[in-house]
Amino acid sequence: MTLLDVLLEPLGYDFMVRALATALIASVVCAVLSCWLVLIGWSLMGDAVSHAVLPGVVLAYIVGAPFALGAVVFGFLAVALIGAVRDTSRVKEDAAIGIVFTTLFALGLVLISITPSQTDLNHIIFGNLLGVSVGDLVQVVVLGAVVLIVLLTKRRDFTLYAFDPTHAHAIGLNPRVLGAVLLGLLALTAVVALQAVGVILVVAMLIIPGATAYLLTDRFSRMLLIAPAMSAVCAVVGLYLSYYLDTASGGMIVLAQGTAFALAYLFGPRHGLLGSRIAARRRRAALDRGRASATPSTTTRGQAGASDT
Amino acid sequence: MTAALDVTDVTVHYGEVLALDGATLRLDAGRICGLIGMNGSGKSTLFKTIMGLVKPDAGTVLINGAPPAAARSAGVIGYVPQSEDVDWSFPLSVRDVVMTGRYGRMGLTRRPRPADRAAVEEALARVELTELADRQIGQLSGGQKKRAFVARGIAQGASILLLDEPFAGVDKRSEATITRLLRELAAEGATILVSTHDLQALPSLADEAVLLMRRVLLHGSPEEVLTPDALALAFGLDVLSDGGSR
Ligand SMILES: Nc1ncnc2c1ncn2[C@@H]1O[C@H](COP(=O)(O)OP(=O)(O)OP(=O)(O)O)[C@@H](O)[C@H]1O
Ligand SMILES: [Mg+2]
Repeated sequence: MTLLDVLLEPLGYDFMVRALATALIASVVCAVLSCWLVLIGWSLMGDAVSHAVLPGVVLAYIVGAPFALGAVVFGFLAVALIGAVRDTSRVKEDAAIGIVFTTLFALGLVLISITPSQTDLNHIIFGNLLGVSVGDLVQVVVLGAVVLIVLLTKRRDFTLYAFDPTHAHAIGLNPRVLGAVLLGLLALTAVVALQAVGVILVVAMLIIPGATAYLLTDRFSRMLLIAPAMSAVCAVVGLYLSYYLDTASGGMIVLAQGTAFALAYLFGPRHGLLGSRIAARRRRAALDRGRASATPSTTTRGQAGASDT
Repeated sequence: MTAALDVTDVTVHYGEVLALDGATLRLDAGRICGLIGMNGSGKSTLFKTIMGLVKPDAGTVLINGAPPAAARSAGVIGYVPQSEDVDWSFPLSVRDVVMTGRYGRMGLTRRPRPADRAAVEEALARVELTELADRQIGQLSGGQKKRAFVARGIAQGASILLLDEPFAGVDKRSEATITRLLRELAAEGATILVSTHDLQALPSLADEAVLLMRRVLLHGSPEEVLTPDALALAFGLDVLSDGGSR
């Protein structure tokens, strides 16, 4: 079997084509949003909102409303409750987040258990890439497009909001509105991504790509390219591996992303653990070579320096 | 003539904490005013109130005769944050940060036009950071970081500059460079309010000084404000003569 066969064989099945499309869209949308979440310090918030949308999605399913509506309502409800618990009690924010989102998630589980068509809804929790229907895919495409368009047209405002909300306020922008829009987009993105990897693993797709890109560059504009590229590659690799190894597709995609992060963490040229050391050693070696060629008498010292490193 | 900055009887609470208690301050255009007071005396709170970040329980703030919201939309207020409030590892270059000064004048997507780029380059040159403009914002020295944020205010065209402790962690030479820059901006008509703990350098920096302790205890020339009696009132100890007593 050639590499081309390996790549083309799964695409003979319609369900695999839909799975691949869903995985690609979800991974790209999540990755773009994750660039801001990581910089604002909203990773925990992403975790909370992506879990807290569960009861909203289940209720929407029960009454026949769009999933996105239920998700956004419960996403904001979660954020409001977290804020209320934090501000009106002596409980700190991390505890407030933990209390609110687990309770809402539990409510979602209970609602699923009392709703007749149980199998369908359990896919929301663990994801069901291979069972994505045409209707699901349409929803993913529409929501994904909305999120991407808003994020990319207002990207400079969101970046300023993340970097210096005080300055944003001082020049007449409204940081509260920007923050609220970002939270709304987070809830919509959770709906997109839960088709792919399920509620439990959404947070991985909302954090890992942005965090990986942050390790690789000092330019936000480049993060916005690196994160979705890395995330899309991981989605494809994860999906193919799950096809041939017959393992869980959502889990495989997140494993691929985790591996990509580990590589950036270790070998990233600037901020990687080993990468920065290797770069520093190269610089030192180059410096020694420069000295050696400038003054012949230091040649031996330069070589000694090079050999003991 | 309307004052550039007119703060009248402003009172601010954070929950139970009384941060400002009837503070009143009037500044004319083109003046540099040094704001001094001990930790917790309300300096940062006064800045936040002027910017409209904190709503006063009582009192009014007028900027060029207009309420703060109008001044914000007009891009009049430039702010140089306290160092602790900035995420120095944020992946933006110095030039990117200065460009954010132009956002109020840009369209919905904040795409820079040639005029914006020109204003940014001019501001960078003004603070002598042109060579370092492509560096990530955290890869600057303390003094250079401050100048980058002053450049943002210049690019913005702000006529009122608020600087919260710009000299903290900055050496004497950088402090002198920043002082020279602020004096130039004031000479061109900018009104500048600077909080500082560097009392020795105050006379060379500021035209006037304000002693804050939840309220304005004293407002006058730096020499008038820097008397041992006045300082004892604000700091509760003999600041200038304590070298002799220890
Ligand atoms: N967000 C807040 N919540 C509650 N209290 C606050 C808050 N911010 C400031 N305070 C309190 O208000 C008072 C004034 O604080 P402010 O930050 O204005 O002082 P400052 O003069 O800037 O001090 P420093 O020299 O340390 O910067 C202090 O007692 C402070 O504890
Ligand atoms: Mg302060």
